[in-house]
Amino acid sequence: MTVFTAEHLSLGYEGQAILSDISFSLEDGDYLCIVGDNGAGKSTLVKAVLGLLEPLGGTLRFNVSANSIGYLPQSSQLDKAFPTVVREVVLSGALSRLAGRFFYSRADRARAEENIIRMGLKGMENHSFQELSGGQRQRVLLARALTAAERVLLLDEPVSGLDIHSASELYALISHLNSQGMTIIMVTHDIHPALNSATKILHLGRSIFFGARDEYFASEEGRNYLKEAGHND
Amino acid sequence: MIEMFSYAFIQRAFITGLLVSLCASLLGVPLVLRRYSMIGDGLSHVGFGALAAASVFSLAPMAFTIPVVIAAAVLLLRLNEKSRISGDSAVALAASSSLALGIVLISYVRGTNTDIDNFLFGSILSVSAGDCVLSVVLSLIVLACCVLLYPRLYALTFDPAFARSAGVRVDRYTTLIAILSAVTIVLGMRMLGSLLISALIIFPCMSAMRFAKSYRAVMLISAADSIVCFILGFLSSYWLGTPAGASIVVVHLAAFLILAGASRLRRA
Repeated sequence: MTVFTAEHLSLGYEGQAILSDISFSLEDGDYLCIVGDNGAGKSTLVKAVLGLLEPLGGTLRFNVSANSIGYLPQSSQLDKAFPTVVREVVLSGALSRLAGRFFYSRADRARAEENIIRMGLKGMENHSFQELSGGQRQRVLLARALTAAERVLLLDEPVSGLDIHSASELYALISHLNSQGMTIIMVTHDIHPALNSATKILHLGRSIFFGARDEYFASEEGRNYLKEAGHND
Repeated sequence: MIEMFSYAFIQRAFITGLLVSLCASLLGVPLVLRRYSMIGDGLSHVGFGALAAASVFSLAPMAFTIPVVIAAAVLLLRLNEKSRISGDSAVALAASSSLALGIVLISYVRGTNTDIDNFLFGSILSVSAGDCVLSVVLSLIVLACCVLLYPRLYALTFDPAFARSAGVRVDRYTTLIAILSAVTIVLGMRMLGSLLISALIIFPCMSAMRFAKSYRAVMLISAADSIVCFILGFLSSYWLGTPAGASIVVVHLAAFLILAGASRLRRA
């Protein structure tokens, strides 16, 4: 089943297009990597997918509610000294489920608890967020995104700032979630998830490519991207 | 102590000050954690300018000052959202300009310094019955917001980008906090003075953060800290004959130093 479709989408600010004429679609269970240079419009596209930016042209059609996308923002935006504990962060993933209510329900709490276990954070519920390692912190934020998500996770540079070991651990977790049926959209600078796990690639830049992973790495954009990343073979 | 509370103006000042301290501490947590604490300082200076203008032109002080400070709060927050650096400068400029304008206005028209002194350092005599009623209404609203909107306020303070993605209108809540802070500051500055009121917003959160790991604990300890420090400062100002505003801020400073020292000892 199609999760969402973008047709001839143009995005930008104050009438100035940053991205124009982008078409792509996502099926249930897909693993989409969005790659491209800095300034190519990746974060603009993220905003549009989250429903925070009206398209200048074209259409973006969702078969899921935009609020039910589990979002993992770039961690550089977070205050590392913020006083909060793991349970509070994960529970706040139920925010979009509040709808008209003031407080989280018992079901929301159970869901948060479930995702704490799923991300291997059991026993750390009352640990201070600021005292966690970078990898643990990303797992907490992933648990929050899962608490928010029905079927789709949107991950914005999930491994930036992590060491190689924590990064590959996080990639393994994400692949595991994908194998359980979660649709993944990942904005990334890192070529490895694109090479290893993605089913589809959206390349933004001077030229735009959308298609299956193997087609991408056979295309000119894909070959150039590989070359720049130092994979010449 | 019973004798001091037999004066109506002391009762008024006590109730108003206590409620304003509580509101300031609760609003202070999201303000400090989102790096908006300078705005509290800026707004109190804008409040000074507005009070001075009200006094010179014989306008009703609260009815004039509150809308002016609310407008400044909304404006400064918008600027801050757009760019952190120019936002900071804008706050500093607004603060010193309003202070300067206020002082020039009062000195030129009145030629006296008592008003300036009262506005800058506060006076418990200036707390009116109307202020007292307003502080009760304000604190009920602030408490209701902090309890009922707790999940939303937590989420947008911790991670505005995530809160937006979940459909929370972050700018609306920020504006709400700005408006409530503006009213709190105007009410509090009559008693504490515009130079000291921002301490009520910043100190409780900073003190609580020495000890609390969770956001909920920071909120609760801030509120408790603000109430205890207000009562101690208020009583000591009566006993020692020192100005109420400054005494309360000194108690806040002492509490902060004690908590910071204790948390360091605990960690060592």
